Amino acid sequence: MSELLIFERGRPGRAARAQQPRPERDCDLPENLLRTQAPLLPEVSELDAVRHYTRLSQRNFSIDTHFYPLGSCTMKYNPRAANRLAMLPGFLERHPLAPESVSQGLMACLFELQEYLQALTGMSAFSLTPMAGAQGELAGVAMIRAHHLDRGEPQRTEILVPDAAHGTNPATATMCGCTVEELPTRSDGDLDLETLQAMVGPRTAGIMLTNPSTLGVFERQIGAIERIVHEAGGLLYYDGANLNAVLGKVLPARMGFDVMHINLHKTFATPHGGGGPGSGVVGVGEALRPFLPIPFVIRDQQGFRWAGSADCPKTIGRLSAFMGNAGVLLRAYAYLRLVGRSGLSRISDYAALNANYLMTALRQAGFEMAFPQRRASHEFVLTLKSVAKSTGVTAMDFAKALLDEGFHAPTTYFPLLVPECLLIEPTETESKQTLDRFVEAMTLLLERAERAPRELKEAPLRMPVKRLDDVRAARRLDVRYVPPTDAAASEQLNAAGQ
Amino acid sequence: MSEIPSELKYTKDHEWVREADDGSWVVGITDHAQTALGDLVFVELPEVDAELSAGDACAVVESVKAASDVYSPLSGVIAETNAALNDAPELVNSDPYGDGWLFRIRPGSPAELEELLTSEDYERLLVELDD
Amino acid sequence: MPFIPHTTEDTEQMLRTIGIAAIDDLFDEIPAALRQIDLGAIPDAISEQELTRFMRRRAARDELDLCFLGAGAYEHHVPAAVWELATRGEYYTAYTPYQAEASQGTLQVIYEYQTMMASLTGEDVSNASLYDGASALAEAVLMAVRANRQSKSKTILLPEGLNPLYADTVRTITASQGISCLSLPYDSSSGRIDTAALEQHAAEDITALVIPQPNVFGALEDVDALADWALDHGVTGIAVVNPISLALLEPPGQWGRSGVPIACGEGQPLGIPLSSGGPYFGFLTCRKSHVRQLPGRLVGRTLDLDGRPGFTLTLQAREQHIRRSRATSNICTNQGLMVTAATIHMSLLGPEGLRRVALTCHQRAQALLKAATSIPGVEAVFPAPYFHEVVLRLPGDAGRVLARMAESGIAAGLPLEPWYPELENCVLACATETKTEDDIARYAESLEAALSPAGGMR
Repeated sequence: MSELLIFERGRPGRAARAQQPRPERDCDLPENLLRTQAPLLPEVSELDAVRHYTRLSQRNFSIDTHFYPLGSCTMKYNPRAANRLAMLPGFLERHPLAPESVSQGLMACLFELQEYLQALTGMSAFSLTPMAGAQGELAGVAMIRAHHLDRGEPQRTEILVPDAAHGTNPATATMCGCTVEELPTRSDGDLDLETLQAMVGPRTAGIMLTNPSTLGVFERQIGAIERIVHEAGGLLYYDGANLNAVLGKVLPARMGFDVMHINLHKTFATPHGGGGPGSGVVGVGEALRPFLPIPFVIRDQQGFRWAGSADCPKTIGRLSAFMGNAGVLLRAYAYLRLVGRSGLSRISDYAALNANYLMTALRQAGFEMAFPQRRASHEFVLTLKSVAKSTGVTAMDFAKALLDEGFHAPTTYFPLLVPECLLIEPTETESKQTLDRFVEAMTLLLERAERAPRELKEAPLRMPVKRLDDVRAARRLDVRYVPPTDAAASEQLNAAGQ
Repeated sequence: MSEIPSELKYTKDHEWVREADDGSWVVGITDHAQTALGDLVFVELPEVDAELSAGDACAVVESVKAASDVYSPLSGVIAETNAALNDAPELVNSDPYGDGWLFRIRPGSPAELEELLTSEDYERLLVELDD
Repeated sequence: MPFIPHTTEDTEQMLRTIGIAAIDDLFDEIPAALRQIDLGAIPDAISEQELTRFMRRRAARDELDLCFLGAGAYEHHVPAAVWELATRGEYYTAYTPYQAEASQGTLQVIYEYQTMMASLTGEDVSNASLYDGASALAEAVLMAVRANRQSKSKTILLPEGLNPLYADTVRTITASQGISCLSLPYDSSSGRIDTAALEQHAAEDITALVIPQPNVFGALEDVDALADWALDHGVTGIAVVNPISLALLEPPGQWGRSGVPIACGEGQPLGIPLSSGGPYFGFLTCRKSHVRQLPGRLVGRTLDLDGRPGFTLTLQAREQHIRRSRATSNICTNQGLMVTAATIHMSLLGPEGLRRVALTCHQRAQALLKAATSIPGVEAVFPAPYFHEVVLRLPGDAGRVLARMAESGIAAGLPLEPWYPELENCVLACATETKTEDDIARYAESLEAALSPAGGMR
């Protein structure tokens, strides 16, 4: 069943009149600066709009409606209190450039957030400005480069990245003018130390690691890795995407990392919002402190104020116009206050319990784990390689069939190293009952794969749409609605991707 | 098993090479490569007259799941690119050794031709990869 | 234990299934030396009730009666329906729409958004948004460098009239890619790009020219001439525009003889509250010839197995999760929730509503300028035409005047001297449709009082 587009619901001249101000007179700006044709915006009543967007929301899966075990995304419950408190008028209506004298409430929250994150990670200082994990990585690698340049070592331009790393890692390295050197992973999930030793040298800027890794296991040789890289003059970057697994158990600084980012929208339960906003706050040890992106909050006798380039002359600069995603930071702050000190380490306890329980139960149901001899961190990888070989049913087919069973699929085909894989992260906010129902559904699908693979290959059957033609989407690019009267323009736009 | 015409030469990066009548060399990607990529949605070709060294990334073949670099097997100058691929990238899938050719290059260094793989070499490579 | 549902019984059963004695055993692969940590600096948990009281007190400290600040973030009326709908759990707690069949709601919203932004900016294609206007401009610069094959210099002209926070951001993000940003001065009498200075670059290899409209001073540039200059000199034009103003002003796709190929800006004015600076969203649109260089996500419409229309993420091969080190950008998110709100907002305003908002903003700014300059000594620094922001020169120390006005509950504007030393005692003030006649009268009264000797000035 498809829905009309909002434009198709409208009629010329229809409008939501209660939302229209009354200008005093006609426009007196010079003619040559003015628009001659109105933009294509919907002409609908308020009820049309409310009904349309309410109905569209009902075509989504979400944490609030479905178990959503996406590996590496940490789809935990987003507390409603965090939303309400971040949207209090004093915070919501405050202009980013408002004088510091009327910003002390917000700045107190942000300052405390900086302090608490320092305590949780062992880092010396935090900048809350990066607006997503990828921006946090950008800041981190830029700081590493700045550090080497500051010490007269411009030749250090190589960033080492495990072959199992998330795509943002190598993409970030390139954006920072570095080259990427890939490190192989052993079959037990740990990095190959011999190769690492051979690859480090005077051109090494640093290494980017996630620990636990993207393979869902703890990198046991982290001590040796740290020594090898530091001895060669490189620095260590910690991708905090999997922090939920070790929160309150291990300090990244103690593992030897010099800089890190945290995805607040993962570990600190801020909403995913259908693809954002996130927040990728960045923390540093003493060596990189001079280069922190501005602004960040400092406290002096008068109260709280913003640190700028005068306070931080070697800063890499600013990553956005203002001070980051304040609304997301406030939600993370609220979450932290609700969970508290002892609650923080319990998060990783139950994240690990749920992941290991699910892994065991699925293994007992006949599924093949990628690293059966290892503990799961907060997530684990299973492979459908043999199922695919004997029945033709792939990880993609399983994912689509799970939607029909009322579960959002786990992450598929990542990490790239494991063929036909599912990366499953239940998070600590799911109950044993939910996990058991998931195991039941997966077991049923496995049985159906063996008995009637056709059914799975045609899934999903009970969603608003069936499988979509990706190839057509890319070849015949249709990325905007064109009203029927503009048929000629429409032809042009829908031509093969050019 | 994918198709590997015996009269062509190959590279370890899954390109094929064929000599044209005028001494230039036509380059494309192999049947194995196009199968691995899936349906192509776009091909980015080098500029005509671009000067390349052997091993330079000079084109991109893009499907919904991957965008792979194509490396020039030879040093030389680009003489012509396959304009048909702008509207029909799927030619690379349907006829990788014929109408799905990517570009033609005038080779600068004849010695490099010796280093290309024969069809038997390439077949052996594919068998090794499969293990 | 907040948000953790396990009972003791649940836990025991689960431990038994796994075959371990205690939860702590699950961490036995972590070297013991790493496990000693002290979280003393973090306070104990508090209840939602306690936290609510606490946060309410803090938020109340930051309340101001009237805000006349702009400079990249603007106060507009947001209809109640916008956030009631956007914070529905199905939008708020959904992930990126990678499983298209389970995300048709979000995907359709984004498709509608892409349509609206492309049309508003007069371009062919819009992406699904970037983090904010400043980083969107940085991405636009990177895009221009990739797309402008004729130019080898990677030199970008950044007008001094571009918001300095944006210029800083561009410099930070493009720093390591061999891109050099040259400053283009403004004409001190008009506040607009100094065309003589621009002409000096005519014979050079310039990759891109950034054209803000309006610029940071609120001044409206001669965009047709600037677009044509770029076209005539093989320079890629990048427009930085205010989305509300586009309801009135000529969009970048129509500037000059054939428009500029890339447009970007801050989307916050479209239904996003000021929120202390974020989250906002950046929009980026372009001509269809540049679509493969467009960073970020893109939603396309296609057909499903039954031939029914549906939506899906497309051209993903450009993105980090596939292309990795050769990606167009490292960007992974779009600002999904903000885009949802903006789309609902634009639907509720419609073309006529948006036009009226823009026109009212313009007239409120005119009223503000008139009221402020009727005070002896207060001058308008730049002439018309302008859009919703004006620069006022004060006959006294701007910092102190603003501090006094803040004490009476008014954020009166931004002092410009820290970025423009030649604009001593100048203040950037903004009035949107949210300011009434009374508000403006109050502003003028407060300004007059703050300037008077009795108010402690001079």
